[in-house]
Order: sequence, then structure tokens, then C-alpha cells
Amino acid sequence: MPKDGGIGAATTRREDVRFLTGTGKYTDDIQTHAECAAVFARSTVAHGIIKSIDTSAAADMPGVLAIFTGEDFVEVGGNPAGWLINSRDGEPMKEPKRPVLAHGKVRHVGDAYAAVIAETVQQARDAAEMIEADIEELPAITNMKDALAGDNFVHDEIGTNQCFDWGWIEDNRAATDEAIKNAHHVTTLELVNNRLVPNAMEPRSSIGSYHPGTGDYTLHTTSQNPHLTRLLISAFVMGIPENKLTVIAPDVGGGFGSKIYHYGEEALVLAAAKKLGRTVKWTADRSEAFLTDAHGRDHLTKIELALDKDGNFLAFRTETHANVGAYLSNFATATPTFLHGTLMAGNYTVPLVYVNVKAVFTNTAPVDAYRGAGRPEATYSLERVIDMAAREIGRDPTDLRRQNFIKPDQYPYASAAGLEYDSGNYDALMDKMEEVSDKAGFAARRAESEAKGMLRGFGVNAYIEACGIAPSNLVGILGSRVGLYDAATVRVNATGNLSVMVGAHSHGQGHETVFPQVVAEMLGIDPQSIDIVHGDTSKIPFGMGTYGSRSLAVCGSAVVRATEKIINKAKKIAAHMLEAAEADIDFTDGEFSVAGTDKKVSFGEVALKAYIPHNFPLEDIEPGLEETAFYDPANFTYPSGAYCCEVEIDPETGKVRVDRMTAVDDFGNVINPMVVTGQVHGGLGQGIGQALLENTTYDENGQLLSASYMDYAMPRADDVPYYIVDHSQGNACTHNPLGVKGCGEAGAIGSPPTVVNAVIDAIQSGGINVTHIDMPVSPHRVWAAMNNAK
Amino acid sequence: MTKVTMTINGKEVSGDVEGRTLLSSFLREDLRMTGTHIGCDTSQCGACTVHVNGKAVKSCTMFAAEAEGAQVSTIEGQANADGSLNVIQQAFQDHHGLQCGFCTPGMVMTTAALLKINPKPSEQEVREHLEGNICRCTGYHNIVKAILAASGQDVSTIAAE
Repeated sequence: MPKDGGIGAATTRREDVRFLTGTGKYTDDIQTHAECAAVFARSTVAHGIIKSIDTSAAADMPGVLAIFTGEDFVEVGGNPAGWLINSRDGEPMKEPKRPVLAHGKVRHVGDAYAAVIAETVQQARDAAEMIEADIEELPAITNMKDALAGDNFVHDEIGTNQCFDWGWIEDNRAATDEAIKNAHHVTTLELVNNRLVPNAMEPRSSIGSYHPGTGDYTLHTTSQNPHLTRLLISAFVMGIPENKLTVIAPDVGGGFGSKIYHYGEEALVLAAAKKLGRTVKWTADRSEAFLTDAHGRDHLTKIELALDKDGNFLAFRTETHANVGAYLSNFATATPTFLHGTLMAGNYTVPLVYVNVKAVFTNTAPVDAYRGAGRPEATYSLERVIDMAAREIGRDPTDLRRQNFIKPDQYPYASAAGLEYDSGNYDALMDKMEEVSDKAGFAARRAESEAKGMLRGFGVNAYIEACGIAPSNLVGILGSRVGLYDAATVRVNATGNLSVMVGAHSHGQGHETVFPQVVAEMLGIDPQSIDIVHGDTSKIPFGMGTYGSRSLAVCGSAVVRATEKIINKAKKIAAHMLEAAEADIDFTDGEFSVAGTDKKVSFGEVALKAYIPHNFPLEDIEPGLEETAFYDPANFTYPSGAYCCEVEIDPETGKVRVDRMTAVDDFGNVINPMVVTGQVHGGLGQGIGQALLENTTYDENGQLLSASYMDYAMPRADDVPYYIVDHSQGNACTHNPLGVKGCGEAGAIGSPPTVVNAVIDAIQSGGINVTHIDMPVSPHRVWAAMNNAK
Repeated sequence: MTKVTMTINGKEVSGDVEGRTLLSSFLREDLRMTGTHIGCDTSQCGACTVHVNGKAVKSCTMFAAEAEGAQVSTIEGQANADGSLNVIQQAFQDHHGLQCGFCTPGMVMTTAALLKINPKPSEQEVREHLEGNICRCTGYHNIVKAILAASGQDVSTIAAE
């Protein structure tokens, strides 16, 4: 056993010390003496033809070193989509080119058409304002249904605003239609999954540098996956050989999906660095972040649930319009399809599911994966329509769910939406949720609220998600153009301490603390003697990065595999040192011993011997103690949960207050319960934000009305309650070595429908027949819905 | 350019600044004290919070020249003299009150200002006091808990690890 802080310990985080003392190193904190600054000229119109760009006045401004426009990048490749989706008729999706800088047309407010490089950021900003762009404004396309009907196209060369029209599972379509036609009861709900901006607190930033003597490029950037960024820049966008490009993502101030993707600014600073022989830095301000970070959600969905006379679910059928914005971001086509449609059976034994998704180009910022990525949209649709169905047929919402749950003895379970769930126990989660939330006390709390003239509602939700993304074989069949394994190198240094190089990137998740807990447990050594190295393509073997709650399930499994290799080799060395047969070596508590004797050597002694190989049998054992493993998962992992919440509504104002929020999750095994709880808290905060506060609004001209923290309602400390979080009901994942499932997104997946279900419950408790309100459930919307229903 | 002189974390510093240079820029770019972060451009997020003459100030809301002669405290000056974490910093670590760490300097500085004027705040007072500081990672639960703990109050009954 490790001295302390192995698997299961709520170890406090070592990375905190630098963040708490102001000594963290985020991209914009990096400063070099030869640095200059990039500022982008961005479109103020949503859609227009670039007639001309006059940079002459800007070029004469003080400190200006270079100006780039789209013309400078005509010869280089575009930023590609990572998933190829085929439409129902077999046609591949439409893939318009996404250039580094806009060329020919601008396609959303904030689309960059030029960049100024100057000695200081102030000089670059002043000069950028002097660029004269003659842009002929075209009507903006902002409404998805109008976009499909008209002949005004975001990308003229593809002649349609429809990216694809996808069906899942197409072979189930006719049977699903038939089941719905013949059902005893069908509940139908049209809903909006509101568009969100991820809003990592650190704005994106990139620094490009170039060494003319060697031809080496270095990019420091705010990335969740530096290797993927390197691959995209090398293979698609700029053609820089991978061995000539180092991508470093240092401390990164949150991502939530928005920093998965490669953005044009990264290519621009590299191109400028080469041209000028200077280090070029760009850092977004918050308005730029709102205009250009990939947004999330933005689905319009019609969902139908068919039930028999006993309340058994017969079929789910959905039609969704998914906004992909003006260009395809790297995961944009996967999010509304394989991260959404495949989850549309939820936790239920429903036999039929059919999902139709039309992805639509509009003159808005690109939309891509944001915390949860498709699963929040699936969960919201399912759990809202189930709640509505329960009310329509006079059933308790919890009981109706329980009746249709997959039961623990049914695993592995092939869902009607095409996934094989490995483990779970949804009734146990519900039981625990009812216990820890004190559901029994709800009636008394409602009475208290009513005595104050307030309405109180109880909302419940069950979710399942697919994470630990993802088995390469499966995602290859589903259209992914990459594999989704991860990699780790465990390096045991001669003095017995370890450096563990991991492909996952930590930007708040606590990897620097949690991964050493795993290795320490396996090696029986002090976790403080183990350091994690991440975020630098020159130091780590490879990696697909951090998103989709995959770091521990996929990269952590690679760490386990590499550590197993270390143990195997160390046993050989120990056998040599102890003059015993390798088969007789036991490894326990950090010591190698010969079975049945008192002969033993410590892990540290073996490490030293590996690097001082005197008398080594070199034909059997190489010197050194370092191993690498790539791990490709056999399946997705399937976290699940039961959530509930209680809201109080002031009927005079429509203001909703979340009073109690409970999350009971099955994450499988838990390595660090403190970190896991923190991840759930964060997801709950974002989910409550989506449900009550956040909305991204474009007007009919494509102007982003919610482009600052004055206009976009971020959750603040007094918008949320203390949360009740429990993960005691874990069922270990059956197919990865740690038995872990992933916890990063659950809170954001499970909470939005919980809140809205509670709001509807509260309103109906006042005798007012409101059956649905779209998110965000703002005071105005609640007040209006209640008054319109009276 | 104007010459400004101020005392930052007990040490006198001076520099030449443009009239439009914000205190936050002066700290980060001129003095290379990058612990103070810039998270927005509308003085909403609070990541740039420092103390000027003992009061919490968003350093993006004032010009460097306005801090002429002022006593300024930043996150870099918060640890104890021996380099160990101070009570507030330690409480944030103990209660997992930070994740990505970007808002954290502002949270620590805001907390220090709160506890000076209200040494034993209630949960609601803490939440209201944090109105000007946005965190996207923690959902605030553990930040509130850490602040109450830093004020010496028992937080053992607050839910979760």
C-alpha cells in the first residue's frame, strides 16, 4: 500500500499551491523579450461579400510589423471536421472549407478577415481599427428552419444550408412510426435546447515562435489536447511536419469543450512567427471569446413517447434541428449525432428508438461539444417528455421511470439506440437519491413555502451517458476520422522517483494529484515521489487529450498498463538481484521478495539497479526502467445517475430559486472522492446556469446580443445552493482496469431537466396548467407562462 | 508616458505608463506579475481583483496612474512570510475551492477583503459578497465552504467531501 494517498483517498491537490500563490503559468502569462502582438480585424456583419480590404493606412501605424488577410492563406489547407456523417440517403455530409482568415465572404459576426502584428498589443489594436474593409452585407441566416427553406446560403459553393440529414437507427424508422401510430398513449413535446457559451474563465490565447536555424515551430496554446492540435495543424492546415512542431498547452484555465478544437488564430501566430522571425502572441478578450469560441447545444427538438395502457415505454421518436453555425468545428458533426442519438434510449427498456437530426449552417459562431456534448440534449428531451407523459396519464414521475428502468440482472444490455451498456443499477440510484435528498420531507417543505405565498416543486431525473471516449473500432465505423485511445509513459528515475507522461491534459480536473494516486497504489510507494507531465508534445508520447470524461477511463488505463509493464520488468531485475527465478518473485507493498524466504529488495533499490546495470544479464534485461502503453477502450463507459431538485417560485415575479439539488451518480470506482465531488459540483452549476440563466441570443441580423458578462447571465454564487452529492452506489465499469466510468460531465447532463421538471411541478401545484417552459426558465418566461395559463 | 510609483506587496515599484494603461496591465505586462488574471473586459469577472489601500478593487477598472502612491496588494503577496499558504489559501486547498485556478487569485483577494470587514460571515453573506467574482469550474459550493472555514467556522455539516 502507498504510505498515504492511494486509490480512494480524498487527497488535496498539489497543483493548488501554484494557483493559490499566483505562480501558475497560463499561456498569456508567458512573456519573452522578442515578443510582438497579434490583433484580429473581425467582421461586424453576420454575412457579407468581401469586396476589398485596404490595409495601407493600418500598415503606416506606429509599431506595425505585418498585416495578414485571407489572401495570404489561400494556398494552405482548411480546418477539417473530425467526423464524417452520412445522410439517410447515403450522401456524405457537406464540408465547406474553413479557412484561417475569411476569404471571399464573412460568415458570422466575429469572423476574422485580417490580422495585424505590431510591437505591442495596443499598437496592433489601434492599427486594426484602421483597416478599411469594404464588405457588401447580405441577409443574415439565423433561423434554422428558414435556413433550410431559402436560397440564401452561408456557403454558396455547396448550394444548401443543410450539412446532413441523419437517421438513427434508420432500420427502426418504419417500426417506430408504426408503434407510435398504434400506441395507447403518445406524449409529444417540442422544446429548445438553448444555445450556450462555454465561458472558460481563461480566454483563448496562442503564442507562435519559429527557429530559423532549425525550422522548428513552437505553439503555446490554450488547448485541452495539444497532440490533436499538432496533428490538425500539421496534416491539414499548414503542412508543418509533426516533428518540426511542438505544441505546449501549459496551465489552462478551464475548457468545457471550447478548447478541444483547433482555431485559426493558432495557425496565424505560427505563420506570423515564421514571416517575422519573432514570437507572436494573441490573447482573446472576452468579447472575442463570445464571438468566436465554439458555442454549445442549440437544438430544436420534437420528441414523441409512445406508451401502452400499463405505462410501458414502446418507442421514442425525435426530430432535431441542430445548429452547427457558420463553419464545421472539429467535433461539430459528432455532437448532435453519435453523442446524442445513441443515448436516446436513456435508462429504459424501450424497444424502439428513431432519431432524425438535420444539421444546419447559419451565420452564427460555430457550435460544437460543450460539457456533456449531445448527452445533455438527449437527456433533456427524454426526461422532459417522460415527466410530461407521467402527468398526462396520472402517474408518479419517479414510479413511471422505475417501471421502465433496465434492471441490474439485464447487463450487458443492448439499448434500442445501438449501445451496449455494461453495468448499472438505476433503482438503487433512485433509492439513494430519495434518501439523501430527504424526499420524505418535501411535503412539509412545500407547506412551508406555501405559507409564505411561494410555490415549491420537486423534479426528478434519471440519466445515462456514454463517456470514456472512445473505442477506436466503434467510432471508426461511426465516422470518426481519428482513433480515440490514449497513451502514457512511466519513467522510473534512477533515484526511485517517477515522471509519468500522460496524453490527457489537466485544466482543472486534478490529474497531477489523481494519476499519482493510481501509480502509487500499484507500486506501493509515496504518491509525492510521482510527478505527472502533460500538455507538451515534445515530452509525452502521444495523446488524444481531455474531453468526454475520458481522462481517467482511457488515459488512466494507459497509465495502469504502462505501470504493469514497469512491474514486470522490475521483477526481472529483482530476480537477478536476489538470484532467484522470476516466477518466484512476489511484489507487495513496494517490495520484491522471494516466495518462502526473507530475501527482498525495495522498489527504490531495483530502480537504482536498472540504471547501474553492473553484472546485468544484458541478453535478458535491458538497462533502464521506462515503459509506454497505448490503451484503446473496448467500449464506452456508462455513468448513470438519479437527480432531484426542489425549486421555489415567487408567483408574483416568476423568479425561480433552486433550493435543494441532489446528484446521486454511478461513476464506478472512485479514485479521489474530493475531486469527483468537485467535478459534479461544477457540472451542476453549469446545468443550473443552462436551466435558469444562460442564453445566447442572435438578432435577425445575426448580431450577438449576449456578447459580454453584462448581457450573458453567468451563474454567480448566490444563484446556486449547496449541493447534495453522493457516489456511493458505484458499479465498477467491467472493461477498463480501474473500473472507472468518468465524472466530468454528469452534473451538466443530469441537472437541466431536473430543474425544469421541478419548475413545472411547482407551477402545477398552484393549480395552473403549464406543461412546458423552454430554458432558460427566466422570471419573465415563468411569469408569462403562468399568467397566460390562468 | 507618465512615471508612476506605488508600493506593491510592501515593495516600492515604479514604471513609465501610457495614460490609458490599466492597473491590471501594469501589473501583468510591465511588472510581469502575472498572478493577477484578466477574464473579461467589462469588470464583471473579478479575476483581476487586488487591494488598493486596503480595499478590494478590480484592477481592470482603474488606470495605473490612479494608483500613484498607493499601497497595492496582489495574490503574489498573500502567502505567509515563510512561503506557506495563508489561512485563506490553505482553506481553499483543504476544501477543494479551486479547479482550473484562473479565477482563484481574485477569489482569494475578495475573500481577504470580506473577512477584514466581516470576520464571521453567514453563507448568504459570502454568496452575496462573491457577486463580482465568476467561477466556471466549482459551482461555488467549495468556494463558499472554504471561505466559511477560513473564517474559523465549522463546515463539517456542509454536504460532501
